[in-house]
Amino acid sequence: MSGLVLTLRAPPKQRVDLSSLTPDKLQGVDAAAIANLSLQCGNRPVAVGELFTVTSGDPDDLRLIGDCGRFDRIGAEMTRGTITVEGNAGAYLGHAMRGGRIHVRGNAGIGAAQELRGGEITIDGNAGDFLGGARPGEMKGMSGGLVIVRGDAGDRVGDRMRRGAIIVEGSIGSYAASRMIAGTILALGPAIGPYPGFAMKRGSLILLGRPDRELPSFADCGRHDLSFLRLLLRALKGRSPRLDELSIRTPLVQRLAGDQSVGGKGEILFWQD
Amino acid sequence: MIINGVEIEDTFAEAFGMTATRLLITADSPAWAATAAASLTGFATSVIACGCEAGIERPLTAEETPDGRPGVAVLIFGMSAKDLQKQLRDRVGQCVLTCAGTACFAGLRDGAPLKLGGALRYFGDGHQISKRLGERRYWRIPVMDGEFVCDDTVGTTKAVGGGNILILGASRPAVLAAAEAAVAAMRAVPEVILPFPGGSVRSGSKVGSKYKGLIASTNDAYCPTLKGETKTALPPEVAAVLEIVIDGFTADAVRAATRTGIAAACARGAANGVLKISAGNYGGKLGKYHFHLREVMA
Repeated sequence: MSGLVLTLRAPPKQRVDLSSLTPDKLQGVDAAAIANLSLQCGNRPVAVGELFTVTSGDPDDLRLIGDCGRFDRIGAEMTRGTITVEGNAGAYLGHAMRGGRIHVRGNAGIGAAQELRGGEITIDGNAGDFLGGARPGEMKGMSGGLVIVRGDAGDRVGDRMRRGAIIVEGSIGSYAASRMIAGTILALGPAIGPYPGFAMKRGSLILLGRPDRELPSFADCGRHDLSFLRLLLRALKGRSPRLDELSIRTPLVQRLAGDQSVGGKGEILFWQD
Repeated sequence: MIINGVEIEDTFAEAFGMTATRLLITADSPAWAATAAASLTGFATSVIACGCEAGIERPLTAEETPDGRPGVAVLIFGMSAKDLQKQLRDRVGQCVLTCAGTACFAGLRDGAPLKLGGALRYFGDGHQISKRLGERRYWRIPVMDGEFVCDDTVGTTKAVGGGNILILGASRPAVLAAAEAAVAAMRAVPEVILPFPGGSVRSGSKVGSKYKGLIASTNDAYCPTLKGETKTALPPEVAAVLEIVIDGFTADAVRAATRTGIAAACARGAANGVLKISAGNYGGKLGKYHFHLREVMA
């Protein structure tokens, strides 16, 4: 059985919360019923069928075709199945997702993978700010799962993140790993925004590039061959070709500990190429 | 039953239920992994006084270990999960954490977990780092040559301890050579260890003693120098006996090792002074597992 396909007729005029269309929520719902489901577009309700043409199929293989940049909360709280977005995705992609996979072929908006608990999100393009972070007012960001961004990520990657892993193959914006509680962030691109690790408590930020501006509250602990990096690379093997290239080299890293301005015991590891 | 001139006595080995686990110790070189493993499994011949029984299962290639370095697989057997927990903490803490360049990983992931890094992490004095990678949680404990990396927990399995064979021969050198051949063959069997020094034990014991408070004493029935003065189990031509004790994850593993060991000892044959193969038991009342030698060799 092939997948359930939603093909966008035309981008909506206002933003639409798409969190009601997940593999979990569409189990046993036929195409006609899906077309009749009501979504909120701005201040008016709109049927799924008005926005998309629905081709029936397996809801565990849900495909969204078209520029979905105005559709927010795609895959929120999902626990199973796969959502493939053949285009861009809006804000809060995979919010509080627990399991399954999301693959976005284009870019994702702000707050992708926020409060992610499990599962895997792959973004072929770029991701906005606060990737893997927490909503305003929430104390904890992403707490599990894996996020892979093939392009660049915005500012504050992994804000308040407490578990799981984020791989950004391109560059990252400013204040990466801000207020990070635990977990692992790898940025493989050469361009690193200023002041990574701001108010970082614990966790690992692994960087291939060197930022222009660094916080003075990180203490240089010297260069080391850390064997846990071999475990990390093995655990992430096959997820990122760029990362797999690294795994054949000796994991020699310069370790900076901080953020000492907040008594943090986190680390920034600069991978020596 | 006679194999290559060696009589297989119509008796059985009696073995007990134990709790066991497997650790994978890695290091910068095979030699350093072996050093840590030897230290970890030292003084672990019998639960009577060592707290556990432990041995090296086999060396591991770099491809077989979690961190891609050469290593050694070690099996540890205890009488209970509680005993095993204490031994794990003490032995890994004193013998692997201390050994240059090593890391320690769970070789069993299923079964009731025991703490590994979870018990040792406090050594990091607040500088220890927890890393959850996939389904596994690891600890990074800063030490003077870098970091000691260790799995948080290790799984356990119900196991079988105390399987055994007795090799009876015409002379001490003949029995020793047969025991060496048997041990070499048995070490290739997976999921078993031979916890005694060099794989064999000369001080086979019986339950109880004439002395109060001594729970086990020399098995005088198998001591060749007492042949005349005690109720002996030895034929007149037997001059020495060695026992090989086998602990395994399963009864099948112990049975396979028993068979391999007897076959290797018998291969030396009566011509080389190997006279008889027997086994130790307590009349079948104490142990749950019985390995009848003739059935094992059938």
